[in-house]
Amino acid sequence: MNAPLGYLGDQSFQRLAPVESIVRLEGVSKVYPGRHGEPVTALESIDLSVPQGSVLGVIGRSGAGKSTLIRLVNGLDRPSSGRVIVDGSDIAALPETALRHARRSIGMIFQHFNLLSSRTAGDNIALPLEVAGFDRAAIVKRVAELLDLVGLSDKKDRYPSELSGGQKQRVGIARALATSPKVLLSDEATSALDPETTRSILDLLTRINRELGLTILLITHEMAVIRSIAKEVAVIEAGRIVEQGDVFDVFTRPQHDITRSFLADEAGRALPLYVANRLLDSPVSGGQAVVRIGFRGPHATDPVLARLARDLNVEANILAGSVDEIAGRPCGTLVVGIAEHALEATLGFLEARGLDTEVIGHVA
Amino acid sequence: MSPEMIRLIAGATGETLLMVAISAGIATLFGLPLGVYLATSGKGELYAAPWVNRVLGVIVNATRSTPFIILVVAIIPFTRLIAGTSIGTNAAIVPLTIAAIPFIARLIEAAIREVDQGLIEAARAFGASPLQIVTKVLIPEALPGIVLGLTLAVVSLIGFSAMVGAVGGGGLGDLGIRYGYQRFMPEMMLAVVVVLIVLVQLVQSVGDRLARHLNKRIRHA
Repeated sequence: MNAPLGYLGDQSFQRLAPVESIVRLEGVSKVYPGRHGEPVTALESIDLSVPQGSVLGVIGRSGAGKSTLIRLVNGLDRPSSGRVIVDGSDIAALPETALRHARRSIGMIFQHFNLLSSRTAGDNIALPLEVAGFDRAAIVKRVAELLDLVGLSDKKDRYPSELSGGQKQRVGIARALATSPKVLLSDEATSALDPETTRSILDLLTRINRELGLTILLITHEMAVIRSIAKEVAVIEAGRIVEQGDVFDVFTRPQHDITRSFLADEAGRALPLYVANRLLDSPVSGGQAVVRIGFRGPHATDPVLARLARDLNVEANILAGSVDEIAGRPCGTLVVGIAEHALEATLGFLEARGLDTEVIGHVA
Repeated sequence: MSPEMIRLIAGATGETLLMVAISAGIATLFGLPLGVYLATSGKGELYAAPWVNRVLGVIVNATRSTPFIILVVAIIPFTRLIAGTSIGTNAAIVPLTIAAIPFIARLIEAAIREVDQGLIEAARAFGASPLQIVTKVLIPEALPGIVLGLTLAVVSLIGFSAMVGAVGGGGLGDLGIRYGYQRFMPEMMLAVVVVLIVLVQLVQSVGDRLARHLNKRIRHA
């Protein structure tokens, strides 16, 4: 090997911060000149920090600004204002050559894989190493290691056109890891894959995070991706981060409509149509209130409806529900109909047991 | 066909091949970098220089829209300067090359522009310099298209080389005009046309085959 891997440690870089969060965006805005003279704001005063070794997911609808955000982290785009600090150096302030060196410690994978069709799997993985000036023998050795890591040792001489989507993304991951980066950026890496393949790619990323201690910053529009691999989440909407924190907390106690809308896509949260169509804003005498009960952590498996019936003599009419897992912790949602006269007592009973409640509406 | 005719045709074919090979070679030498530059110097691109790009574009278009026969006559002083004469096979190489450079440049530009932008982004993301992106990503990925473009250029040059026969260049065109037309030898004219057809067919099928071999985007059976 004749190229320095830890180039960021070189004295040519100013250390700006102690490295506890490996990626930090401080007051970052990005404004594009609009086509008709009016500037378009893609990102507005974004503050985000990705702790070393964590998996942080940024979730947002298309056009929310998440692609712009991730491209700022490796300097593919430069912010209009603010600082983008990666491993202690301000990416936004680096001159082009230094930025190229810095990028070797920031891997990136893409929705459409972006592999060279003219190179075999092995040669695609070798490309970043060639670019970094490694010698032939070192490249051969490293490529073999990486192919082994992503489970494609037998596909070394295959061209991308001969590989499946999942295999292409594995090659993409191996290529991103070639120069031993400290951060991996994932730009909708599973959006073009079927659910099963998505699962296996997410498992691979989780394994890489655990075994190599690699920090992962990913953007996605899919709740399932965040749920299965992220530890922390930031919800982005119209260029702003509207909510951020521990995945479990954010998704079991969503504060923002957008966050709720991501959850609404999930099974068990949506109301069945026959209820949704009859939903009223105000109570009707003799009717029922529709209540969403959120179960978190240890309470997720409590027989709360049985207790409700026994202790309060209230019968809950189950309308929708699911028990699931977010970031490895159980959580559940139950949508029930409760007689209006028993509503107050029921809500008090549930809240006393640490459950989240929300009155969605009323039915006759 | 008399042995004399065969000797004449063989000699003229050799001259044509020489003119085409040398002019195609030199024109590629200049046309390739020019084409790559045209494809990468637009606004927001790798070597962004929109003004230079526009000026080069105008020059390229001007050269391409000048009828070849006029170009041959117009650059006679330049041809004399380079080849020492304006008549004969060597002299014909100069206008052929000048005409082929912008043509090849545009074909290579088109081939390079076909390369998925995502690949450029990926290469930038792993720290490639613009020159590395050109040599390790753009040219290899565009190679099948470049080969097809060069094939088209060579085929066109074979046609152009026949045209320089009219103004004293050598080769098959010259033979066809002097013997076939001026001396009323229709069999000579026919022979020249047949040889040209065979040449074009050969070049095209070799080019097609090479491009197909280089194209790894399609699964080969």
